[in-house]
Amino acid sequence: MFSGYSMSELGAIFAMQGFAGLILFSVFVLMALGLAIIFGQMGVINMAHGEFMILGAYVTYLVSNFFAEHLPGLFGIYFFIAMILAFFASGLLGMAVEWAMIRHLYKRPLDTLLATWGLSLILQQVYRSLFGAREVGVTIPDWMMGSLPVTDMIEVPINGIFVMVLAVSISLAVYFMMFRSTWGKQVRAVTQNRVMAGAVGIDTEWTDRLTFGIGCGVAGVAGAAFTMIGSTGPTAGQLYIVDTFLVVVFGGAASLLGTIASAFSISQAQSIMEFFLSGSMAKVLTLLTVVGILMVRPQGLFALKLRK
Amino acid sequence: MSEDKKVPAHPQMTGPSRRAILAGGAALAASLFTPKFLRAEDFPTSAINTTGLAVTDDTVTIGILHSITGTMAISETGSVQAEKLAIEQINAQGGILGRKIEYIQEDGASDWPTFAEKARKLLVNDKVASVMGCWTSASRKAVLPVFEQNNGFLYYPTFYEGLEESPNVIYTGQEATQQIIAGLDWVNKTKGAKTFYLLGSDYIWPRTSNKIARKHIENFMEGCQVVGEEYYPLGHTQFNSVINKIRLKKPDVIYAIVVGGSNVAFYKQLKAAGIDMTKEKPLLLTISVTEDEIRGIGGENIEGAYACMKYFQSLDNENNKEFVAAFKEMWGDDMVIGDVTQAAYLGPWLWKAAVEKAGSFDVDKVREASPGIEFTKAPEGYVRIHENHHLWSKTRVGLAQADGQYKVVFETEDLVEPDPFPEGYQ
Repeated sequence: MFSGYSMSELGAIFAMQGFAGLILFSVFVLMALGLAIIFGQMGVINMAHGEFMILGAYVTYLVSNFFAEHLPGLFGIYFFIAMILAFFASGLLGMAVEWAMIRHLYKRPLDTLLATWGLSLILQQVYRSLFGAREVGVTIPDWMMGSLPVTDMIEVPINGIFVMVLAVSISLAVYFMMFRSTWGKQVRAVTQNRVMAGAVGIDTEWTDRLTFGIGCGVAGVAGAAFTMIGSTGPTAGQLYIVDTFLVVVFGGAASLLGTIASAFSISQAQSIMEFFLSGSMAKVLTLLTVVGILMVRPQGLFALKLRK
Repeated sequence: MSEDKKVPAHPQMTGPSRRAILAGGAALAASLFTPKFLRAEDFPTSAINTTGLAVTDDTVTIGILHSITGTMAISETGSVQAEKLAIEQINAQGGILGRKIEYIQEDGASDWPTFAEKARKLLVNDKVASVMGCWTSASRKAVLPVFEQNNGFLYYPTFYEGLEESPNVIYTGQEATQQIIAGLDWVNKTKGAKTFYLLGSDYIWPRTSNKIARKHIENFMEGCQVVGEEYYPLGHTQFNSVINKIRLKKPDVIYAIVVGGSNVAFYKQLKAAGIDMTKEKPLLLTISVTEDEIRGIGGENIEGAYACMKYFQSLDNENNKEFVAAFKEMWGDDMVIGDVTQAAYLGPWLWKAAVEKAGSFDVDKVREASPGIEFTKAPEGYVRIHENHHLWSKTRVGLAQADGQYKVVFETEDLVEPDPFPEGYQ
């Protein structure tokens, strides 16, 4: 496969391939963080996660249209505003859903699977009715497209760097909220023992709602970022849901560090295998490996130590 | 999209309506100058419908069977719109054998068993005279036994992998060889391309098409070779690895048959990776991106790519100008029309011509009359139905522009013969 190439060419390709793996890692982290909060902390299997992401993408689409028409001078920075709005749009929708549906199902975790799957179908049809069945094109500011030539041969996609920076900052933000803030403490308390948490004066209902909302909001930001690399259509959310669950379950549901570690290992394995094997085969092998490891370690890579 | 939009008549094709004739002598005189004008009274229902289809003295009912919900709604919406436009235009001219076309629309919901069930409903309960429908090969394969059992008649609009020839289907899109061979020859002759990297989504159409492409490149194009062939699962959104592989292999041509949401991801990432397609190093040739898909991809992300199709919205001929204007008037100015949308538009017109030639709505007679049917007002130019139920049509190559349209850079001189079972390519 590598005969007839000079060392510098190969070096450049491997550097770019390493970077491709890191981009995939960041994409996985962004996809999975919101679900890690909801599934990991609350135990809610949110099948509508992809649709909350796509809501963020549609918000980005609307904001880009608004800026193109009314504020063309500021078009270069609309993306940041779009991400903030996407966070609030998905977050508020998430809180409304929690209030209307999820809170009645906390004692029946498997039913949340069906209910949120139904919700995902409803949201898809709502998008289809509002924005049309066809995919919409989101115009990305010029400075975010294209690539950065590092050397003569190595080129690094700018949107990849953007996704990486975003993934790191959101991970840090979630980490601080979860482990360094009062809200985080309350969330963890409610997860560990709902009755006791209520007894010591934590507003468990509000904590649940806020947690669900923040999880969905993070999904919205991810969706906004993915307009750079993927499609925006009513059913585009379905493209992400399998990988998202894979990352969260493999990492160990309740562990944030686990999610990141699993995103890293899956993305590296997949991108390396994609390079040496064919695309479909890489996917099959990745899934087989994950299933194999989960058979030996059903709790995932990282699990909280619990007394049973 | 509301149904009550104003319906434009095909300007050159409007004949006087039945009511106008009854209205007075002037109109009657006018009708004498349009000899092909057919009145329902001349065709008693009992004579033209001997198999109990849904034909009355002044209407005939057909079915429209596409996905308007689910994943495939993205693609199939355009086909539904084109079919409705054709039906309205035919009705504005007085219908078929003096009967107005009415349609029953069913939703296949992107689910293949649902397609089969709805097809059965249309044929058995509604007794429709023909069906315009299906998009993916999977949905067509699902309804095929239903159509063959109940002797229905389907007009199928999508370009597809071939290897099929049902007596109950007319294929108005290209089969694989019509779409692939001329494009490969063109890129070899005019661009001097020698090495090809084949890429596709992982299901039957891209795999069969790439198989034909590989056979053609290796056996019929001197000095050319395939340097890579690769498939990614449907819905795959990360293409950075394969882009690096392509960089390593340095092919002259990336031959891409990526479909659906993956398409958008692929072209966005290709551009972000610094591969400028306008430089044509490598050149990108696709058979899966129509103007419809570019709306999702964004013209600026695919500028410089070549597509091999039989129809582009920008085709410069009178038929097409009228068609595009009528389509936009009915469905809105921001509509774009892709290859399959145009092929779907042919369906009702080809059926009309076959029914009129047969002088009957009976499926057996329409089938017998179909080979040789020609449609001179086709937006793509001129088409004719082959003995094997596919269409003779031209193959064209278009260059993608930043505004989301294709500029036609090549078309075959003659109509290309459909060959669903190509010898030497299996």
